[in-house]
Amino acid sequence: MGELLRVEHLKKYFKTPGGMLHAVDDVSFSINKGETLGVVGESGCGKSTLGRVVLKLIDQTDGKIIYNGKDITNISKNENVELRKSMQIIFQDPYSSLNPRKKVSELIADPLKTFRMYNKEERQSRVYELMDMVGLSRRFADSYPHELDGGRRQRIGVARALSLDPEFIVCDEPVSALDVSIQAQILNLLQDLQEARNLTYIFVTHDLSVVRHISTDILVMYIGVMVEKCRAKELFKAPLHPYTKGLLSAIPVANIDHEKKRVVLQGELTSPIEPKNECRFAARCPYVTPKCREAMPELEEITPGHVVACHNVREINGL
Amino acid sequence: MSLLEIRNLSIHFVSHKQDIAAVNGVDLTIEKGKTMGLVGETGAGKTTTALGILNLIQKPQGRFLSGEIIYKGRDLLKLSEDEMRKVRGKEISMIFQDPMTALNPILPVGEQIAEVIRLHEKCSDAEAEKKSLQMLEMVGIRAERSGEYPHQFSGGMKQRVVIAIALACNPSFLIADEPTTALDVTIQAQVLEMMADLRNRFGTSMLLITHDLGIVAENCDDVAIMYAGEIIEIGTLERIFHNPKHPYTLGLFGSIPSLDKDEDRLHPIPGLMPDPAALPRGCKFHERCDRACEACSELIQELVEIEPGHKVRCHRVVKGEI
Repeated sequence: MGELLRVEHLKKYFKTPGGMLHAVDDVSFSINKGETLGVVGESGCGKSTLGRVVLKLIDQTDGKIIYNGKDITNISKNENVELRKSMQIIFQDPYSSLNPRKKVSELIADPLKTFRMYNKEERQSRVYELMDMVGLSRRFADSYPHELDGGRRQRIGVARALSLDPEFIVCDEPVSALDVSIQAQILNLLQDLQEARNLTYIFVTHDLSVVRHISTDILVMYIGVMVEKCRAKELFKAPLHPYTKGLLSAIPVANIDHEKKRVVLQGELTSPIEPKNECRFAARCPYVTPKCREAMPELEEITPGHVVACHNVREINGL
Repeated sequence: MSLLEIRNLSIHFVSHKQDIAAVNGVDLTIEKGKTMGLVGETGAGKTTTALGILNLIQKPQGRFLSGEIIYKGRDLLKLSEDEMRKVRGKEISMIFQDPMTALNPILPVGEQIAEVIRLHEKCSDAEAEKKSLQMLEMVGIRAERSGEYPHQFSGGMKQRVVIAIALACNPSFLIADEPTTALDVTIQAQVLEMMADLRNRFGTSMLLITHDLGIVAENCDDVAIMYAGEIIEIGTLERIFHNPKHPYTLGLFGSIPSLDKDEDRLHPIPGLMPDPAALPRGCKFHERCDRACEACSELIQELVEIEPGHKVRCHRVVKGEI
């Protein structure tokens, strides 16, 4: 299937009193139609900012975004509004992303009203159609968000994102606020919708087992930079970057026969404000060498489709 | 030997409009030096059970309808408020879920640790301060940072301070309520490793409340699964993970995406947890259960031992039908 989105050397810096905050620093990737790119990393690594820049909800500092073969990096405001119909987002927190004073049917009809689609009756039937699609019983049409539980509220978020029939959706931690049994319901719903409508997702999360389950490819971020990207299964089978190794080994596994080979990463994330020109992971890396302190490592394709940014990737993995 | 024994504990929250049955007839025994994992989803009654042990239930709405909490031979529910204050923080400590709100933002962290020590130990201010510095070092924070305020620490560091406060008076029993839920996974691994190390050194018993079966697998000796205020399955770690029986427990395991197996779809539990103000008759899980039969909506099942060290509250399992 063809490429839907390509991002080249994307950067987003924020001005802070302490200097420039490098939220996203030189990220490049592409996604094919109907596939899912999982973006993982810890809080503050820039994964949500990346999702927002790609959707042009905030402007990039540098780099290129190509969507459906068209460069959308510097499009006009009017074109950007048109783009909204095909690019949507599902937010993390179903408790704060819905207007508490609107009924469920109004919330789902909102995007349709904004784009003046359908007349009143058609709109109502479209709302019911969307509620059926996301498995939200029609009897909730006149309820307010506070009357519903987290899982149902997140279904409203999904229905709103689907209302304009988009082809691309950024899912920003859509299940992080939910209990595991409800989380599984929403994940299955997202997968069903993807298959039925050939949707393309960027799935931003910190939950590694969720990302493995839902993604085709995974991109690992660490303080604004991309450290590794490859096929989802390959990442879990053969992680090459020392950060990815530490991250994967830190997941508690719900299996008591599982052999523990834990590398506990010491220390914490360093500051993304005016970072030094060195590997961002050097301060926590168990394999650090003087070379790591001299320059940022470039992304390098180690095996076909598997890119890593690490000076010592060959030595560490015996390649 | 059991250190803490909860017998038939029921806690309701009663208002003029409704009667919320948060905890319903919970029996739980924690052995000396062992860690019990208490697992369940939001609203299952895990935190209410923990707060009940410390008699920290919000009154007058919160009411103990029945139960005994036997700790070292005394029933904690019969103690006066003054006696209970001597237990909290000294005999039994609690680590709260959210380190961002559990600390006092306008007191230096060293002072917050010294406060517990001064309250419970007969010692001078200087000795309390010295002990507080030792505690900081023990949880991996440099002693010179004791004069800093909570906002100067990261989330993981704040949780270390909370743990230092909880362990400052060498309690014999520790309640940890989702101690790492607010933390990133690499920081979670650091904190859990440190807690395990401290527990081994001091032989502290623990009740670990979590919704993450992975954390249970790596940190607990026994597991209790809670649903709608009841324990529906309880046993040793080995029994629960190798031979889970209750349909709800099986549903929980089916909801977690696997890290090594490929599955096309997850197998979630349909529906939602029942409203604690209007619990269903019979088995509280029967409305969501794919194995339910007619009797499930009528029969009230007790926890029954189905093999040594393994009890289940499901009449179909007990009768061998599932």
